[in-house]
Amino acid sequence: MIGTVLQALWSHWRWHRVQLATLLTGIALATGLWSAVQAINAEARASYDRANLQLGLGQLDELIHPSGRIPLETYVALRRSGWQVAAVLDGRFDAGGRSVRLMGVDMVTYPALPALTDTQGNPPDPAIVLTAPGRLFAPPDLAAQLAADPDLPPIIASTALPPGLVLTDIGTAETLLDLSGSLTRLLVLPEQPRAIPPLDQVAPDLRRQAPEGRIDTARLTDSFHLNLSAFGLLSFAVGLFIVHGTVGLAFAQRRGMFRTLRALGVPLVTLSQLVLAELVVFALLGGALGLVLGHLLAGALLPDVAATLRGLYGAPVQGQLHLRLEWVAAGLAMAVGGTLLASGQALWRLARLPLLSAPGVQAWRGKSGHRASAISGGLVCAAGVAAFAMFDGLVAGFVLLGGVLTGSALVLPLLLSVTLGFFARRAKKPVTQWLWADMQAQLPGLSLALMALLLALAANIGVGTMVSSFRLTFLGWLDQRLVSELYVTAENSEQGRRIEAWLEPRADAVLPIRNVELAHETGPLFLYGIVDHPTYRENWPLIAAAPNVWDTVRQRQGILINEQLARRADLWPGDRLTLAPGNTLTVAGVYSDYGNPTGQAIVAMDLFDEIAPEADNRRFGVRIDPARAEQLAEALRAQFDLGPGAVVPQAAVKAQSRAIFEKTFVVTSALNVLTLGVAGFAIFTSLLTLWTQRLPQIAPVWALGLTRSRLAALELLRSLVLATLAACLALPLGLLLALILLEVINVQAFGWRLPMFLFPSDWMQLFILTAIAALLAAALPAWRLRRVPPADLLRVFANER
Amino acid sequence: MLLEFQDIHKTYPGGRPVLNGVSLSLDQGQTLALTGESGSGKSTLLNLAATLDRFDSGEILLDGTALSRLGDADRAALRRTHVALVFQQFNLIPSLTVGQNLSFHARLAGRHDPDWEAHLTGRLGLSDLLDRHPESLSGGQQQRVAIGRALAVRPKLLLADEPTGNLDETASATVLDLMLALVAETGAALLLVTHSHAIAARLDRQAHLTNGRIA
Amino acid sequence: MSVKALFFLLLAPFAVSAQGFAGLGSSVEGFDIPQPGYRFDFPADHGPHPSFRIEWWYLTANLTGEDGREYGIQWTLFRSALRPFDQPGWQSPQLWMGHAGLTTPDTHFFAERLARGGIGQAGVTAAPFEAWIDEWHMRGDTIDALSLRANGDDFGYDLTLTADGPLVFHGDNGYSVKSAEGQASYYYSQPGYRVSGMLHLPDRKVTVSGEGWLDREWSSQPLAADQSGWDWFSLTFDSGDKLMAFRLRGGRGDYTSATWITPDGSSRSLPDGSVSFTPLQTSRVAARNVPTEWQVTLPAEDLDIRVEAQNAQAWMGTRFEYWEGPVTVSGSHAGRGYLEMTGY
Repeated sequence: MIGTVLQALWSHWRWHRVQLATLLTGIALATGLWSAVQAINAEARASYDRANLQLGLGQLDELIHPSGRIPLETYVALRRSGWQVAAVLDGRFDAGGRSVRLMGVDMVTYPALPALTDTQGNPPDPAIVLTAPGRLFAPPDLAAQLAADPDLPPIIASTALPPGLVLTDIGTAETLLDLSGSLTRLLVLPEQPRAIPPLDQVAPDLRRQAPEGRIDTARLTDSFHLNLSAFGLLSFAVGLFIVHGTVGLAFAQRRGMFRTLRALGVPLVTLSQLVLAELVVFALLGGALGLVLGHLLAGALLPDVAATLRGLYGAPVQGQLHLRLEWVAAGLAMAVGGTLLASGQALWRLARLPLLSAPGVQAWRGKSGHRASAISGGLVCAAGVAAFAMFDGLVAGFVLLGGVLTGSALVLPLLLSVTLGFFARRAKKPVTQWLWADMQAQLPGLSLALMALLLALAANIGVGTMVSSFRLTFLGWLDQRLVSELYVTAENSEQGRRIEAWLEPRADAVLPIRNVELAHETGPLFLYGIVDHPTYRENWPLIAAAPNVWDTVRQRQGILINEQLARRADLWPGDRLTLAPGNTLTVAGVYSDYGNPTGQAIVAMDLFDEIAPEADNRRFGVRIDPARAEQLAEALRAQFDLGPGAVVPQAAVKAQSRAIFEKTFVVTSALNVLTLGVAGFAIFTSLLTLWTQRLPQIAPVWALGLTRSRLAALELLRSLVLATLAACLALPLGLLLALILLEVINVQAFGWRLPMFLFPSDWMQLFILTAIAALLAAALPAWRLRRVPPADLLRVFANER
Repeated sequence: MLLEFQDIHKTYPGGRPVLNGVSLSLDQGQTLALTGESGSGKSTLLNLAATLDRFDSGEILLDGTALSRLGDADRAALRRTHVALVFQQFNLIPSLTVGQNLSFHARLAGRHDPDWEAHLTGRLGLSDLLDRHPESLSGGQQQRVAIGRALAVRPKLLLADEPTGNLDETASATVLDLMLALVAETGAALLLVTHSHAIAARLDRQAHLTNGRIA
Repeated sequence: MSVKALFFLLLAPFAVSAQGFAGLGSSVEGFDIPQPGYRFDFPADHGPHPSFRIEWWYLTANLTGEDGREYGIQWTLFRSALRPFDQPGWQSPQLWMGHAGLTTPDTHFFAERLARGGIGQAGVTAAPFEAWIDEWHMRGDTIDALSLRANGDDFGYDLTLTADGPLVFHGDNGYSVKSAEGQASYYYSQPGYRVSGMLHLPDRKVTVSGEGWLDREWSSQPLAADQSGWDWFSLTFDSGDKLMAFRLRGGRGDYTSATWITPDGSSRSLPDGSVSFTPLQTSRVAARNVPTEWQVTLPAEDLDIRVEAQNAQAWMGTRFEYWEGPVTVSGSHAGRGYLEMTGY
């Protein structure tokens, strides 16, 4: 019996191959996009974990000093009291114009060093690693870049190190960073001897913090990965619309067959199980296709993602994709789960299919269905808003986003139905009346595809608006922020002093840029010192300011903080910020600071020098007549024998910043386009599958005297009108989405709020694209209609019961 | 006695009684026409015999089995093996070929007999149509396929609900002739629902339903 | 016991291969080499000698608790130089390693510490005398009156040591030859400390007293290429006599050396071959077979004794593993002492 039933079930798919292809494609697309995002995220996470494990990062508690610098004596005192701590000196150094992260550890006591070997696989001689000039260990690509620099100690390439990090002994690091006698943090080793005194007896200035208390790459990049995941989920949902539509149609078409099978004695349980099995097999097939697709897609996107993460957060991600078993399993599980979810309604109907009922091919929901859908849509929307009202954070933001999107999609059929009804009532000509009425009749069958289109369009408008708004704001901000004509980086503070002295008579102004990393409860805080100069007064992008903000800062009473810090710590002009014990300042202003994940603050230079006297004095902004800038740069390079990276013109800095920005959204745009493509495909397949039901509806109109060409043209028009309606409704939804992205998601993920700009020309482009997609989607059914033999249309009457 | 209705009552939810104490019996090999007005309950009675529907009270004995006590699975098994149905709408499986449709029920019942099916195909004049799909057949041809499908299983009882209701006169006559001849050949009992007295007259017995009772 | 300082170079990140190990034996790279006829200068020589590659301050003690049970402790500070000089700060090429052991009849505790020289985390000063690493220390106004402390995560000890006997110089007045090829070290001891104090065990404290033995040794090239390990004994007999004896196991035969110390502190060095060592029984320790019962004979002193580990599981599972623990002596002489075995 089972074989016979399977033959009957399968014969349907053989008979409707396009439907089968659609179903498999839907599953594959849903799984593929989702899996691609998952693969990228897994790869990035694995990279973080690898880096963390190899260097013992993020696992041990740390001791830090509010000033960011721990005196060496404190370390020794802790050790001599029994505290087992490992010394770390972090910093950055410039090599060939590139700022490289350096981690200096006491290699004798550091708990978790990777197996460091040279290219022959031999361990280096401890004597040469631990004594001057020492050795730098770097991942191979970085090692190759650094090798050319004659001023650096010899480099040993090691694949055991995370990308972008140079590891060395602390003795080498203090020389390289020109920072002797201090440390940046102490790792508290897991095993401590008995009878050690409390920390505040030995080192009262130090604060112990759990590793998760630090803002590290994982926490920062979480928001980025959540963004990707949201996109993956959106694509998955859009893909499931295809699956839902196809399965629903296939079940409707097979309703008669199911009833016949039951009448011929196939038990309901057997039938349900076989149909379920059939779906699972399709899900696995489609899922497998999707995994292939996802792997290819992830492989193509990963290098850009890696570049973004490195550029934006300095997070180490390797650009290579590995195939993980759990990824395959999760992808297939998503495919099966998603397929069953999307088919749930159809399966439920099958289980409750009465044996006796007036048979009818048309089994879609009617107007009451629209209303129910709209009500549930309203509820979903409300749930999203409620979640956001009750919970904080990025995840709540995404729940709000998901609720609004899904809810709006569910309301769409009712809105369309009402709109179509409105036009139908106003139509005068019979053909026009028929067209509107016919669209309304077709709406149930198309509504899922239109929902998918709505979602994709809204996402496109929303994300596009967000990215474009960001770009516009960012570029304007760059112009404000990067005012100096030249940016100079000296090799060390001593050379910095000489350069400053040399530049003084030759430039309009030399603006030193000094900074130090401090600890704040919200994470690391970079403190900058500035001299009072119109460059800042006239250009600095303040988003909130107290009166006389610059005077307050100059008089050492005020501090400027960046937007990220302001939002994280909820500090605004008039509030007080404690930098170090006994050093509390009033927030005088808040400035926007895009593309930087950490907190930042600015004080007057003389105050800065008191707080961080040992800070480097190596970087300067130089104000000069732009026409003379290049000439001065040349002279400066020649005078001090500086490398090309040491003197950078403003334009180059801007170009670099812009490049990082563009890369950040490469993946977003790619996913955006793919989602729209999937939605277009959903419309196409819906129209194509509905085609089988079209003849009985068209035949009477044909019989009343409309030519087939005219009918075909109307078919195209119908698709166009529906897509346009969906697009019109998608516009406000997309703008709402953009608003949520800018006002909620960005603030949570990056710490800044951006103004929203509107880009009507982008919308026009998108509308035209949508129209083309709708026409393409309707083209094949229309073409078929044009060619349909009159005999087929006649048979409609012959078969009419 | 192959089929016996004993004082059957049936009311659809929210409606007035459809069957109001029907008692009727049918012997092995006998043919019985059930006539009545639209809504007189004749299709309902047929569906009850086919185990497609349940009755409120009374009992139906099918080949000695009391239907009221059977669960869904047993009723499905009975449909598979003892009863065959011919519908007004043919109810062929559109994605299967004529040949596959013909043998479909017999395969489900585990009684696939190629020789017998070949014989039936010949008698029904379907030999040239075996590889076509139902949608390309005329109504009369489709109903002949449905009759072939029903008889291929060698049922003890054939139930036909207005089998010619969707056919024109010529096709109708051909189909009825073939069906009656083949039923006689197989020795199956036939319960046929029709509103046509001309058709009813061609069967061994006639019963007329009015107001939910046998008149 | 001289080779043990070589472990020092086996620091965690650098899994030094056998070649690296042997490489040290073949070249001294500017380090000083012990010469016969050296005139010791105290208290300066109690302090470090940075121009020699390796050096240690090595104290063991046999103790009896007020509970009547036998205990043993070890406290060792090793110095290893990457370059033959010292300088302050992280740039110092002097590395330090501390080992502490505490052996009870049924448990053996140990701990290990590493440190850079130059920053004050570890080091040795001659006068007043102090040797320290982290919170561990061995210090006093003179070498004859010391306080001693070490801690692990679950054990520790605080002891006081006093001595009134003279220092004992091994080999040729402190020039101790370690192989037939002539590798040698400077080696002297204070074998006669009276010890008292407190042991900290996970579940209790024990007041103890007993006798301790300090070894001081430094060198630059202590081991012949074929030598694979050693067995080293420091024994104190009930008669008041003491014996230091070691055997370096080599591919071309063993090399032995011994010093016989009388109760008044005078000593006699015994040349290669004077003492014979015979393992009587091995124990399964840390997945290897280690001799934990020995016959030691020294015909010149009519000595024929059985030396038995008090706790066979006295394994130092440190970066370079070895066996070190208290022993009980019976036979022609009775007493107790310490045994160290490497290369098993």
